Amino acid sequence: MTAVVYIPRDASALSLGAERVARAVASEASARGLEVRIVRTGSRGLMWLEPLVEVATPRGRQAYGPVQVQDVAGLFDAGFLEGQVHRLAHGPVEHIEWLSSQQRLTFGRLGVVDPVSVTDYAAHDGYRGLQAALAMPPAQIVQAVIDSGLRGRGGAAFPTGIKWKTVLDQSAAQKYVTCNADEGDSGTFADRMLMEGDPFALIEGMTIAGIAVGATRGYIYLRVEYPHAYRVLNEAIATAYASHYLGADIMGSGRRFELEVRLGAGAYICGEETSMLESLEGRRGEVRVRPPLPAIKGLFGQPTVVNNVISLASVPTILAKGAEYYASFGSGKSRGTMPLQLAGNVKRGGLVERAFGLTLRELVYDYGGGTASGRPVRAVQVGGPLGAYLPASQLETPVDYEALSGIGAMLGHGGIVVFDDTIDMAGMARYAMQFCAIESCGKCTPCRIGSTRGVELIDRVIAGIDRERNLGLIDELCDTMLHGSLCGLGGMTHFPVRSALRHFPEDFRRS
Amino acid sequence: MRPDAAPAPSVSGRALDQIHAVLTRYKDVPGPLLEVLHAVQAAIGYIPPQSIGLIADALNLSRAEVHGVITFYHYFRQVPAGRRVIRICQAEACRAMHCEALTAHAKARLRVDFHETTADGRYSLEPVYCLGNCACSPALMIDDELHGRMTVDAFDELVAKSGSAP
Repeated sequence: MTAVVYIPRDASALSLGAERVARAVASEASARGLEVRIVRTGSRGLMWLEPLVEVATPRGRQAYGPVQVQDVAGLFDAGFLEGQVHRLAHGPVEHIEWLSSQQRLTFGRLGVVDPVSVTDYAAHDGYRGLQAALAMPPAQIVQAVIDSGLRGRGGAAFPTGIKWKTVLDQSAAQKYVTCNADEGDSGTFADRMLMEGDPFALIEGMTIAGIAVGATRGYIYLRVEYPHAYRVLNEAIATAYASHYLGADIMGSGRRFELEVRLGAGAYICGEETSMLESLEGRRGEVRVRPPLPAIKGLFGQPTVVNNVISLASVPTILAKGAEYYASFGSGKSRGTMPLQLAGNVKRGGLVERAFGLTLRELVYDYGGGTASGRPVRAVQVGGPLGAYLPASQLETPVDYEALSGIGAMLGHGGIVVFDDTIDMAGMARYAMQFCAIESCGKCTPCRIGSTRGVELIDRVIAGIDRERNLGLIDELCDTMLHGSLCGLGGMTHFPVRSALRHFPEDFRRS
Repeated sequence: MRPDAAPAPSVSGRALDQIHAVLTRYKDVPGPLLEVLHAVQAAIGYIPPQSIGLIADALNLSRAEVHGVITFYHYFRQVPAGRRVIRICQAEACRAMHCEALTAHAKARLRVDFHETTADGRYSLEPVYCLGNCACSPALMIDDELHGRMTVDAFDELVAKSGSAP
């Protein structure tokens, strides 16, 4: 009998040696005359166990990890193909508490399916949402997304269904659906994981969006730093065309939707929706003045849906299982689940998809296990480079949009970066200004010039030069950038800077 | 060390053919400039100054517009790179795992600063702001190859191993 072994092809798993492990398993099997079929999957998101190797057994898939090449012979000796015990064994993967305690509505197929097999996708509830949508009038599809309470998972948290309704209400010869896959926030990798591990979920979500708003063409704007996702997406799109899930006659409905991937070129600002549209049109990614909203005048001047990867990939579940099902998860105005990403100096990092409402403490300690270094947690940054730094004393805050904004923070795209007590927060505040200077598109003066002046001011404060006056100037500069910038880059750099100053003032007064 | 601000060599006839092929391939694509620049850089390794006029003419843009786009995006290069490009992440999650120390080591070991190419032409060193490998920090990328939980020793090993292959 052929044994089936699952080894991720996710970029993070590859970065830790998954490719070498896959080759070692194949060659060890053939040396021993054993028949083994290796299925390359996405990652389950347990990055602390990657490369995580799974073996199909009658008792479910058994997990082994983290596996390195030198462990492979020993795994064969121990009988891992029959799911036998080994030093790296974790039992059935679905029973690992880190995973079993999650609520995987959007990431349920990650690590389970072969990402580029459309039959595998369909066998795991794929394309049920699109099938349902094709039987509904457009307004009803849009209403389902509104009723689900889904808010933009890219960071801005705008209700997805409302955006769709605006586009649906426009009359135009050509409308577009664009996916913002320019996941530039440090500490985030949910989009990358989904595109590499379950690309059909995104393709299906975009197709549903197209059917709902009357758009026949879609673009995925992918950052160039994600070459693995680029290959998987293109392979999946070609397969979807070949099996009539994309093209002129989707699932025999006579409806059309065309989709292609466009690459960014290393510009953080292109994650801002109007910059992304400029870039898609082949220009410098400079922010556009709103209004008009992209939903009214977007790509090539036409009504355009701009949604993040996770927002779009959440839609198939909403259509397949109903808006009420999705909305039954979460709390307050934060409905559904959120893929949270534990990153930085954390012992058990990875992807945690849970209903809104769990606390940062549960994430950082119960899932994360504290710091990787074993030292005390000093700070966490929530929501990417424009998110606030929070001290350990604020970890009781629940993860939901309103609770975080209540303490001067924001959830953003759901990245949580953990720092231990060796971190110099003045250095991190300086880096926030420096990052803004490097990545500013240059359109608004407070962002373009202010960020450079901000670096200089922080340098003076650190050096103890006229400290109180310069601290006052930093505060004024933050206000100027906040009020004088068109988009979030200049407008939100004050979050990391001011939060570092507020919670960690001693780091600015060392000299 | 070779500063990457040095003037680019003139392009070969073969490179010009490649540029023309790219322009033909993308002539009917809407909003094609980034696609064109990616294709030129993928084929030649950088975007030669001589290509700007050709691209501008073919896409009905001004040379200033093409130049403006090339210089806006960090990824596009106007001079040749080393045989392999090493990008070390400088963003927060990697800082939490002390990527500054890794970066300083890489610069010392390769004897280059960021945006420079080693004297033997083997490596160019670039900063990058997030590779999406934030649970496995610090991270770096060599061409398309991602590496996580990098240490100084692992870096030396990588450089010793990958530098010999073109």
